[in-house]
Amino acid sequence: MLEVRELSKSFGGLKAVDRASLDVKPGEIVGLIGPNGAGKTTLFAAIAGFHRPDAGTVVFEGKPITGLPPHRICAAGMVRTFQITQPFASISVRENIMVGAYHQTADRKRAMQEAESVAEMVGMTDQLDQRGADLTVAGRKRLELARALATGPRLLLLDEVMAGLNPTEIVEIVGVIKDIRQAGVTILLIEHVMQAVTSLAERVYVLNQGRMIAEGTPAAIADDPQVVEAYLGHGAAKVLRA
Amino acid sequence: MSRPLLLCALGLAAAIVYPLLVPNYLVNVGMLIFFTAFIGQSWNIAGGFAGQTSFGHVVFFGTGAYTSTILQVTYGWNPWLAWPVATAMGGVVGWMIAVLSFRAGLRGSYFALITLAFAEVFRILANSVSFTKGGLGMLIKADQRPINFQFKDPIWIYYLALLLCIVSLLVAWHLTRSRFGARLIAIRENEDAARALGIDVFAEKVKVLTLSGAMCAAGGTFYAQKYLYIDPWIAFGVDKSVEMLLVSMVGGAGTIFGPLIGSFTLMGINEVTRALASVVPAFKNVQPLSLVVYGIMLILIVARLPNGLMGLFARKPRNA
Repeated sequence: MLEVRELSKSFGGLKAVDRASLDVKPGEIVGLIGPNGAGKTTLFAAIAGFHRPDAGTVVFEGKPITGLPPHRICAAGMVRTFQITQPFASISVRENIMVGAYHQTADRKRAMQEAESVAEMVGMTDQLDQRGADLTVAGRKRLELARALATGPRLLLLDEVMAGLNPTEIVEIVGVIKDIRQAGVTILLIEHVMQAVTSLAERVYVLNQGRMIAEGTPAAIADDPQVVEAYLGHGAAKVLRA
Repeated sequence: MSRPLLLCALGLAAAIVYPLLVPNYLVNVGMLIFFTAFIGQSWNIAGGFAGQTSFGHVVFFGTGAYTSTILQVTYGWNPWLAWPVATAMGGVVGWMIAVLSFRAGLRGSYFALITLAFAEVFRILANSVSFTKGGLGMLIKADQRPINFQFKDPIWIYYLALLLCIVSLLVAWHLTRSRFGARLIAIRENEDAARALGIDVFAEKVKVLTLSGAMCAAGGTFYAQKYLYIDPWIAFGVDKSVEMLLVSMVGGAGTIFGPLIGSFTLMGINEVTRALASVVPAFKNVQPLSLVVYGIMLILIVARLPNGLMGLFARKPRNA
């Protein structure tokens, strides 16, 4: 579904992403992990059109989309969320989600219905009339998810939707993400919360200093000495193996 | 009938009856209120809804005023025919400024300054090229017949201003209920998020500035027909830009009725201070007193009512 080949992106002298490749197949949940500053968000931004890659290709459902602007990529069926949440602060949650839903329809009524059904899916029905600015961190994360989902994507790129959430909230959002996949949306997610990655992802890619250093099932990753050294540490690796 | 609709109907009825009851001078004040609300709304559509704050909206106003006046005076066009052409020219100038500045990635205060620069360039050009008659300005021959877009009885120009104002309110109302409007608000709130959600930010911004420019230019022609004289300062002077921005901000930028309420308030202040200055000797030398009051109001509004006077009426956001 998504094929990223040898993608590179530098800022000045810094190689943020260095010939990284990854594949996502339809129906999968794939994790992308790595230490802070590994280049995960940059890789996302380069895939989704926010940064123009210096080299490499991105192919989505057989069509090359390398370097296309974000709105064209969204139209192709792939949409990203932001690690630092970007709510439309002064309008309601319903109106926030409608902006996404308008991607599918110009009709106000239908956009509103779509927004409400998406809100139900992510558990925001009670907050539909709140302003974007008044949401808690957990609410904002859900809103990011809901807006992206409302555009009707086939592939969702989620950038740390669990960062800053408490354990209960994490359990809830893991459930939401499973439901989204159940509804037929493929998911590529950046995540630091390892329990979430193991319970969600079938496969995991590990990025370190811009390079892809490992790929495999969460259990296999935990056995990779390079990954343990670069990112997990021995304690976390033990948790993953269990 | 819902309450807001009832209020609108009452307001409209009052606006229609008003000129029949008051002397000509006050008809004129009413005309200015609706006219200023109209050009204020043209600013509000770009600056309030889409968040593309402009300091030089007068560039569209002047384009409209000069286009119709030149067509009329130099080429003998009928002003009613020149009006749509002037409106279209405003759209063209809006499109051009938008493409140039947004292609270059100008946002926020940089965009505001570039619009100011455009307005100044247009003013200086109008002052120096021959087809605008330079600093002498252009005089439209008085011939008070409706076919000439000139009216003997001020009531007709009042009703025309009212009609323009209603049209602009309908445009703003449409924005609050359409996909285009939702996208503009999304762009104002957060451009990156808007892009991620599939919005072609550049195209939408160009569209809104084209629309806004066209509306404002229509106001320029109206103004020229009312006063039958324009010069570079009247047509492209920075004070008109400020006026458009001010009525929107005072009334409530990004709201349907903001510019109308702002215009009503500022014109009211204008009249009261003028009366005051002629009565109270201490205010004689403070000229014009209205500007002082505008300044104080703006400070108060920015500090206390960031959503303008409309913020006083807005329903309180529900708390979780």
